Amino acid sequence: MGDFHNPDADIDRFRFRLGFAAIAVLLAFGLLLGRFVWLQVIQHDFYQTRAEDNRIALIPIVPNRGVITDRNGVVLARNYSAFTLEITPSLVPDLEASIEALASVIDIQPKDRKRFKRLLDEAKNFESIPIRTRLSDAEVARFAAQRYRFPGIEVKARLFRQYPLGSIASHAIGYIGRITERDQQWILDNERQANYKGTDHIGKTGLEQHYEFELHGETGYEQVEIDAGGRALRSLKRIPPVSGNNLALTLDAKLQEITEQAFGERKGSLVAIDPETGGILALVSNPTYDPNLFVDGITPDNWKELNEHPSKPMVNRAINGAYPPGSTFKPFMALAALEMGKRTPNQAISDPGYYNFGNHQFRDDKKGGHGSVDMYKSIVHSCDTYYYILANDMGIDNIAKFMGSLGLGQRTGIDLGKDDAGESKGVLPSQEWKKQRFKKPEQQKWYAGETISIGIGQGYNAYTPIQLAQATAVIANNGVMFRPHLVRHITDTKTGEQRLIEPKPIRDLNLKPQNLEVIRRAMVGVNKEGTGARAFAGAPYEAAGKTGTAQVFSLKGAQYKEGSTKKELRDHALFIAFAPADKPKIALAVLVENGGFGAQSAAPIARMVIDYYLLGKLPAGAAPEDNSAIEDDNEE
Amino acid sequence: MIDVAGTLRRWWLQAVAHIDFPLLLITLSIMLIGLATVNSATIDSAHRMLSQAGNMGIALCVMWVVARIPPQKLMRFAIPLYVIGVILLIAVFLFGIKVNGAKRWLPLGFTRIQPSEIMKIAMPLMLAWYFQKYEATLKLKHYAGAALLLLVPFALIAKQPDLGTALLVGAAGFYVIFFAGLPWKIIGGMIAAAASAAPFLWTMLHDYQKKRILTLIDPTTDPLGSGYHIIQATIAIGSGGSLGKGYLNGTQTHLEFIPEKHTDFIFAVYSEEWGLLGNSLLVFLYTLLIGRGLMIASAAPTVFSRLLAGAITLGFFTYAFINMGMVSGILPVVGVPLPFMSYGGTALVTLFLGIGMLMSIHTHRMLVKK
Repeated sequence: MGDFHNPDADIDRFRFRLGFAAIAVLLAFGLLLGRFVWLQVIQHDFYQTRAEDNRIALIPIVPNRGVITDRNGVVLARNYSAFTLEITPSLVPDLEASIEALASVIDIQPKDRKRFKRLLDEAKNFESIPIRTRLSDAEVARFAAQRYRFPGIEVKARLFRQYPLGSIASHAIGYIGRITERDQQWILDNERQANYKGTDHIGKTGLEQHYEFELHGETGYEQVEIDAGGRALRSLKRIPPVSGNNLALTLDAKLQEITEQAFGERKGSLVAIDPETGGILALVSNPTYDPNLFVDGITPDNWKELNEHPSKPMVNRAINGAYPPGSTFKPFMALAALEMGKRTPNQAISDPGYYNFGNHQFRDDKKGGHGSVDMYKSIVHSCDTYYYILANDMGIDNIAKFMGSLGLGQRTGIDLGKDDAGESKGVLPSQEWKKQRFKKPEQQKWYAGETISIGIGQGYNAYTPIQLAQATAVIANNGVMFRPHLVRHITDTKTGEQRLIEPKPIRDLNLKPQNLEVIRRAMVGVNKEGTGARAFAGAPYEAAGKTGTAQVFSLKGAQYKEGSTKKELRDHALFIAFAPADKPKIALAVLVENGGFGAQSAAPIARMVIDYYLLGKLPAGAAPEDNSAIEDDNEE
Repeated sequence: MIDVAGTLRRWWLQAVAHIDFPLLLITLSIMLIGLATVNSATIDSAHRMLSQAGNMGIALCVMWVVARIPPQKLMRFAIPLYVIGVILLIAVFLFGIKVNGAKRWLPLGFTRIQPSEIMKIAMPLMLAWYFQKYEATLKLKHYAGAALLLLVPFALIAKQPDLGTALLVGAAGFYVIFFAGLPWKIIGGMIAAAASAAPFLWTMLHDYQKKRILTLIDPTTDPLGSGYHIIQATIAIGSGGSLGKGYLNGTQTHLEFIPEKHTDFIFAVYSEEWGLLGNSLLVFLYTLLIGRGLMIASAAPTVFSRLLAGAITLGFFTYAFINMGMVSGILPVVGVPLPFMSYGGTALVTLFLGIGMLMSIHTHRMLVKK
């Protein structure tokens, strides 16, 4: 470019630049077209899916949870429909203000607001979230009258879990509660997350937890088209949910109720089993709690009270309480001796009232001893010396082997809780056990002296009531062991088919009938002329039983005085029984914490339970504490 | 006897004397597509089609009037329009009202105006006049003067802040300077300088502008914030596929996933419903429009008219490219409507001022030669 301008050169340069611009334009548009080809042809499937995902929302429809009934069809857990007040956040411009205004019409507690906030964080905004549950009819009417003021807020019917019998059988049924992170993990581990979309409650304990996946049902869903604001525009497809399966139990609700009443204020547990199937007839852990408190989220006050109460109502003593069996151990010891050829029924010992081992004297409860004691007498009168000697003769590992075959010190596999985790194993002492239990070498060694007190059910022995009941049922059922279970059959709601939980024998101990007969006879003797005679006086059936008393702490040889010991230090009372003795229909184990002698507080409960179960006889109130038993029958 | 047919024919010829039919046909085609797309975009709620048709009518009148004004007369508007524009921009800087964090509007009591719109036309007009004036004695210093004329309004608009409009105004001015013969050496030097100044410029950008650029690079970093627009628009385009989902059947459009769908993002609506086929047609029409504009520029007799025609034409290209590029996710989101498609009267009127000028330049070229 110089000082002199040639117009034609200028025009040529201009046209050259126009051409340059034209090429730039074509290149730029070419780039755009390339981008369109990339998006619309090459990546089309990807964006197609994204657009569909955008547009379609699956709204889960939560199925009805399965119903739980007892063996006679009495409903133990069901669902009922109640009105809830629900907010669809996407339709409400100012949530805070709306809730504030709502609070002037309907009572809204701080806990309702808290729950709403929590749910709001989790939910998608096209879902409606409850702000109040279980509205009364009056509240529904009040809201309906002012409804125009609250767009996006509506009354809906939702299903709630209900336990009509309240606290009865609560430890067996368990309860449901809100899904926590841990539950979420469990669902994930079982690959059920798809089926739990929309579900906000899950079984927390007991049957509700064990049979969670049966009870839950199949979640249905509705495919809806939504807009960018998350508002549902129209339904495209609806797959209805399938209700959860129903559980019919072996448990007898009336028997359960009577048993719980029999306990009254006493802490303890009773497990009654049908020995021919392993079906649980009653499973009591006292005190109980009302599972209905948990359904809608338990209040902190209630939770605190239940959790911190000294009597520990939340602990299921039947499967989680491990107690020394005390003298209820003796029939099992005697049977072991017979089976292993360590004793014959008539072989008698002379009981001076004590047994010396090394430099330690093991005392019998009866001063001066029982004199000449054979096996029958050893059980009927609960002679300790007989079992001190027997234990020493058998040795700890023989005892452990036989008791283990009865299921003691092992999880029974009852259908409660999550997998096995809910059940305690208890302690079946053996040399091996001690080696595992203790770290220091000097503690790991088993001393022969320790075997002696094992013989009378003390020492390291600790078994759950359900283990004792199962062992009793094994004897009652001639050595054939069944897995204790609560569910008799499951009704599949989809097919209507009833799936029987087949009572599967775990094993046959192949016990000799004549040996079993000896034990049976002796246990009948207990209730006729021995420590259980008072409790079973006048029974029109023959019941086999054995009382027991488990020391809470060692009295170090001091004489046990009923009145002088604080209640919580008093011994645990136990009783095992089965009836009718010749063809048992029920086998049970009772434990009364700090109940003192077994004959005193445990046996009367067993009597009431068996009376009802065999005769249909209804008792009046709690079982009496038989105080007169203390004077006569304190030899157990 | 009055020759009615003859009179009507004369009137008609008189009326269309300054209409360039190829240009009119192309813009009408794009506008028709735009009208249908505005209808699709607003059919669920606001119904903007008739109102847009009204805007088009007004814009066509503006075009008709402007086309009749000879380029020499248009030149007379250059200085007053530019000066008024700059004064208004200063007024905006001083008294403007803030909308969405940007001071772009000037309140006039009964209405409010956006003076940066005026600069889209005033800028090329002014610079074309400027180069016409110094045609015979053009020296390097004149480019510096042109650069100053360009930078003052550019800075005022960028300061509002309205980077999109600033860039469009700046581009319009630059095209004039480019066509006027800005030496390649200087262009190369400017590009090099811009590249080296980029990091410094980056620090001068507003946070929201930085965010737009960052989300362009990876929209997923802010899927619910500023990345949302790009993501949803891209989904709309991609899901449209080769043939589109069909008119009124775009799910992204009708379920409100596309933001600003009848204005800046109207291309996503069109693209979802008409697919690659529709996109190709639209790009083809824009290519025709630009081609016709460049032809007019090439045939223009004076420096003023050829610079103006070239700059206006490349302006159309710039609008179209930036808009489609931003909606399809290869350019940052700036507030640029798609020419002749997006809803809005002001933008249409500005566009047809340009079309009118192109027609005027083309239909008056013989007169000048004579």
